[in-house]
Amino acid sequence: MTDNHHSASAHITPYLTLATVLVVLLALTFVTIEITSFDLKAWNVTLALLVACVKGYLVLSYFMHLKYENLLIKILVGMVIVLFALIIIITYIDYLFR
Amino acid sequence: MEHQAKAHLLEHRDDEASKLGMWLFIFTEILLFGGLFLVYAVYRAMYHTQFHEASLELNVIFGAVNTIVLLVSSMAVAMALTALQENKVKLSRQLIWLTILCAFIFLVNKYFEWGGKFEHDIYPGSELLKKLEHGHILYFGLYFAMTGLHALHVTVGMIILIVVERRIKAGKVHAGKFVFLENAALYWHLVDLIWIFLFPLLYLIT
Repeated sequence: MTDNHHSASAHITPYLTLATVLVVLLALTFVTIEITSFDLKAWNVTLALLVACVKGYLVLSYFMHLKYENLLIKILVGMVIVLFALIIIITYIDYLFR
Repeated sequence: MEHQAKAHLLEHRDDEASKLGMWLFIFTEILLFGGLFLVYAVYRAMYHTQFHEASLELNVIFGAVNTIVLLVSSMAVAMALTALQENKVKLSRQLIWLTILCAFIFLVNKYFEWGGKFEHDIYPGSELLKKLEHGHILYFGLYFAMTGLHALHVTVGMIILIVVERRIKAGKVHAGKFVFLENAALYWHLVDLIWIFLFPLLYLIT
């Protein structure tokens, strides 16, 4: 009844979606450059990295088709991101308490 | 559908597995660059002002132009996959060539950027750099290591894209068998993804 054979037939991302994502990415690049031209102390880097994360999310989801990928790959990507975050956090804790 | 599945079996082909393999390789790449980002994060915390001073040597325009070039190329290769899936072979090949052109522009840009640094006597082990403070030396060391490793990836990506284009032309990669293009595109997006984080960290830190 339900369509169970979605594995082999890949999702085709429309050109319009890809073009829209590019426009958003370019706008966010402009935002990043603008943000850092103001002096916001420590917030500059935080905001710049936050925008970079949004851009990364867009590239992963739409350009790399992660949004339409099977659950296994999604979970693996999530785990790698968590692993990297842990490495950064643990290193920082070590650095701060020296 | 069933026929296609059978053809897969006869060909000893598993697209899902090749894609999974590509993702596993991408994870190793993320952790490779992740190590460099980690070193950067700690040294930036230790030599905050010196990192800022040194980063003023970089030209934001070079970085911004290269960001735009990479983003456009990433979209182009994603569209090339869409085109091939829709059996528009010619369009797909044109989009791959556009991606390769963008990669080339990126490297030319990088050549002039690095060339400018070398002219100002800023390169690993230069006399000027030896006289600078520790934080400056570390910043430029990381700058050359990270953008250098990234540029190496751009070069490899370019070669892979050329190979894909040749295979599409030869009819070995087509609407019914596009995983090779898909994986090559994944690699190219990874190059873009890394640059998204490199650009603000190296060019825009305050």
